[in-house]
Amino acid sequence: MFIINSPVVETKQVQENIFIQKIHSPEIARIIKPGQFLNIRVSENTFPFLRRPFSICDADGGHIFLMFNILGEGTKILAHKHPGDLVDILGPLGNGFSLEGDYKTAVIVAGGLGAAPFPFVTRKLKSKKNIMSFVGGRTKQDVITYGLENLILSSDDGSIGYKGNVVQSLENILNEIDITSSKVFACGPNAMLRVLKDFCLKHNLDCEVSTECAMACGFGICQGCPIESTSNSDKYLLVCKDGPVFNVKDIVI
Amino acid sequence: MSKVDLSVKIGSLQLRNPIMLASGTVGYGNEISEFSDLNKLGAIVTKSLSLKSRKGNPPQRIVETPAGMLNAIGLANVGVEEFLKEKIPFLKKFDVPLICNIAASTVEEYVECTRILDSEETIKAFEINVSCPNVKDGGLQFGNDKNAVGNVTAKVRAVTNKPLIIKLSPNVSYISEFAQVVKDEGGDAVSAINTLVGTAFNIFTKKPKIFNTNGGLSGPAIKPVALAKVLEISRKVDIPIIGIGGIMNWKDVIEFMIVGSSAVQIGTLNFIDPTAPEKMIKELEDYCLANKVEKLSDLIASYII
Repeated sequence: MFIINSPVVETKQVQENIFIQKIHSPEIARIIKPGQFLNIRVSENTFPFLRRPFSICDADGGHIFLMFNILGEGTKILAHKHPGDLVDILGPLGNGFSLEGDYKTAVIVAGGLGAAPFPFVTRKLKSKKNIMSFVGGRTKQDVITYGLENLILSSDDGSIGYKGNVVQSLENILNEIDITSSKVFACGPNAMLRVLKDFCLKHNLDCEVSTECAMACGFGICQGCPIESTSNSDKYLLVCKDGPVFNVKDIVI
Repeated sequence: MSKVDLSVKIGSLQLRNPIMLASGTVGYGNEISEFSDLNKLGAIVTKSLSLKSRKGNPPQRIVETPAGMLNAIGLANVGVEEFLKEKIPFLKKFDVPLICNIAASTVEEYVECTRILDSEETIKAFEINVSCPNVKDGGLQFGNDKNAVGNVTAKVRAVTNKPLIIKLSPNVSYISEFAQVVKDEGGDAVSAINTLVGTAFNIFTKKPKIFNTNGGLSGPAIKPVALAKVLEISRKVDIPIIGIGGIMNWKDVIEFMIVGSSAVQIGTLNFIDPTAPEKMIKELEDYCLANKVEKLSDLIASYII
């Protein structure tokens, strides 16, 4: 874990309200794993007050990449950083995806901005595994395809791809997937993860999900991000420290 | 050897400097030790401990507010038994006074927790939390009642000779009356302030932003309130005060000392910059050197009104 001020290299808009920010941070780029996250302070004063957690979108050659949309004041400030402006980063945090294993096909399931961790996952896996990327959103604008391969798109309103949610989209072509040699990696809204969990348990698909929760510190001291465990109802897990990636079998979503 | 004497005293508890880490913002020390040399600090205060482990509140537990945050963690903790078995061995490795914060639902539970922990020599003092706003039983119901605070102080005093600090609620009209009760019943010091009761609502769903509806407000938003409460106690009651509330830098530490704090606790700032408390120690020294302050403790209650 580091707390480090790193300079922005560039910020580019890849589709409507979706930004990719490249930051020069060799210390973090060297050690961060897909599925881990960074807790970023966008301002030196008290507005906004807390750090903001961001999934690592990619890391390569001394650079890290963030994917975000402008949702509130924090992301607005971040999007307007100029090249050379410093970003105060705490990380890498959390556990990351377990990409190793003898499965043959990685089934990526991403809803909306849940696509953020998967460019890194894709780059790490593409020489070793087959990849299928099920990417969905409410409308065309919410379907984020940056850095992903072998896309199967869906949208709730049918403005792009299959009309329906991303899990239905996966179910449609389930017969084309060898369940016994596949592993699902997913990230998206809780409603999506809940449906996906039921689906994966029903079809006996191994599945890891990256979860999200409001948090302050990102490394366990604030206890702000509890998530219910399936194995011990007397104690919460923490999204920041025990996650953010969990096997769906281990958490109540 | 430091050219400036930064040491302070809280009753019989000698601290190498006034910078303490506040309960509920350092867990049991392990995470924050990756960022900060705990041995340099004045003291650390553990997450509130109760007799049995507590699961805490469901999410959402935290929401950001202007210059602060609301939390309703619900005193999630491992309980005294697991604390002694699993957490103390790690904390033993450090040469920093360890203060155990205790939160309970009944007077008997406060007493029992203190009695069990008292024999552990690593624990140098107790801080009794009579003011957590986030649990249904105990917490504020004690903190708002002078007789209850007096009763808890007296009963806990009876089972320990270690320094006894009572953490007071700011959600009362006259905090100095509570500090007086603590002094009368044998308490050695007070911590002021715990969080202020607050809430935040989503304007679209019309629902509270945190599960518990109300939470405890912390951060620089509460600093002026905290300073006023410390000053009130300082002017009316002769008891050491540990100042808490929105400290973000060394200047805030000085300000808290001037209004009457013998030491301070850094809380919410640890979530944003866990390296900050350690850095403040050097900055306090620089301030003293530049302003010809030989002993930092000379600043305590040095206000001119």
